Amino acid sequence: MSWTRDQMAARAAKELRDGYYVNLGIGIPTLVANYVPAGITVTLQSENGMLGIGPFPYEGEADPDLINAGKQTVTALPTSSFFSSADSFAMIRGGHIDMAVLGAMEVAANGDLANWTIPGKMVKGMGGAMDLVAGVKRIVVVMDHCAKNGSPKILPQCTLPLTGRGVVDLIITDLAVIAVDKKVGGLTLVECAPGVSVDDVVAKTGAPLKVSAA
Amino acid sequence: MSGKIFPNPAAALEGLLFDGMTIMSGGFGLSGNPESLIPQIRASGVRDLTVISNNAGADGFGLWMLLESRQIRKMISSYVGENKLFEQQYLSGELELELTPQGTLAERIRAGGAGIPAFYTKTGVGTVVAEGKPTEFFEGEEYVRETWLRADVSIIKAWRADPAGNLMFNKTARNFNPNMATAGRVTVVEVEEIVPAGTFDPDCIHTPGIFVDRIVLSTINEKRIEKLTTREKEAAA
Repeated sequence: MSWTRDQMAARAAKELRDGYYVNLGIGIPTLVANYVPAGITVTLQSENGMLGIGPFPYEGEADPDLINAGKQTVTALPTSSFFSSADSFAMIRGGHIDMAVLGAMEVAANGDLANWTIPGKMVKGMGGAMDLVAGVKRIVVVMDHCAKNGSPKILPQCTLPLTGRGVVDLIITDLAVIAVDKKVGGLTLVECAPGVSVDDVVAKTGAPLKVSAA
Repeated sequence: MSGKIFPNPAAALEGLLFDGMTIMSGGFGLSGNPESLIPQIRASGVRDLTVISNNAGADGFGLWMLLESRQIRKMISSYVGENKLFEQQYLSGELELELTPQGTLAERIRAGGAGIPAFYTKTGVGTVVAEGKPTEFFEGEEYVRETWLRADVSIIKAWRADPAGNLMFNKTARNFNPNMATAGRVTVVEVEEIVPAGTFDPDCIHTPGIFVDRIVLSTINEKRIEKLTTREKEAAA
C-alpha cells in the first residue's frame, strides 16, 4: 500500500548522482546509505567532522572516537578524512555539499521547513539542520505524509518555527514523491507509492498539489 | 615549556574558576569530551556558569553532571536531543538556553579565537535565530549578522600533546575541540598521552601549542558510546 521506511530511503537514494558529496540526517535519511544505486559512488559527509563514512563496525570493533552525526559508531574508508567542526561547516555553508537528506515535522508549499522544535512541548535543537538547508545545493526531505493523528504535514504554511525559508526541493513520504518549486512556490506530484491513488495523496496533502501529466 | 604540564585535573584548573564565568567545553555527543575536567568543575562548586558546548552530555556523563548539580545558568548549544534533564530544565525556565545552529556555533567560536567580532551567514535567515539581529544583502542574497564567542576558560580533550602544547586529535573526537582551543582566554587540555618533544611531525600537528595553556593527563577515559551500531561479519566463503 505505502512505502516502508526502507523503501522511502531507497527512493531517496535514486536522487543520488555519481560523484555527489552527501549529508544524511538522523533516522530514515541514514538508511539511504544502504541503497546507493549500483555504479554510483557517493561520499558521505558527517557534520561532526568526517568525510567518507564507512559501514557500521563489526561487533567488538566499535571505536568510541569514530561516530557519525547521529552518534552511531561507524568506520573509516581508505579515503576518509577527519576535520574540525568549523571546517566541516565550511563544507556545508560554503556550498560544497551536493545533496542533503533530512527528516521533517512540517513542509510548506513554498519550501519552508520545520524540524527542530514544538514550542512549550519539545525542544530537540536544530543541530546542523539550519546550516545544511542554507548551504547545500539540493535538499530532499523524507518523512511520513501525515502526523500520527492523521493531520497533514505538508501545509500551505508551516505552523512550527522554521528551520529554513524556501529550502526544500523534494519531499519523499510513505505515500508519494512531491517536487517543490521553492522559487515561485507550489507542489507537483511526481510519483505515488504502489497501490496509493492520486486522489488519496491529494486528500492527505494540506496544500494544493499539481498532478503532472506523466 | 614544561610549565604547561599539570599533575592532575584539580591542579590544571586551579585559580581559573569563578562564579558567573563562561566555559567552553569540547565534544560532539559523548565523543571528545573533557571527561576528567568536568567532574573537577563540579567538585569546585563554582556556580552561575554560562557553558558553550554543542550539547550537554547524557545521563551521568559529561556536562549533564553540571546540569544535575544546578551549576549551569545558561547553555549556548545547537542540540538538546535525547538529554531529558537538559530539555526539562529549559522547558521549566530553570535554565537559559541560546540555541545556535551548529555551523554558526562553530564559526562564532572560530571568529572568537581569530579576533573577528562578527560575520554574516545565510544560516537562520527567516527563522527565530535571526530575530533581533541585523541582516544585509550580498549579491542578492540575505544574510544575518552573528557575533563571536569567547570564554574565560576552554576545556578540551585531545588524543596526544607534546610539552609545547602541540595537539593531535583522534578521528571524530576532534569536532569542536581545536576551535574552542583558540577561543579561551585560558585553554586547558586533557589528553590520553603526553609525548616527548620531537615526537610529532610538525606537518601533522592539528592544534599548534600557542593555543594551549595547560596540559593534564586524563584520569577518566570512559568514552561512553551513545549508540552502538555494528554489523555481522560476513560468513567465510
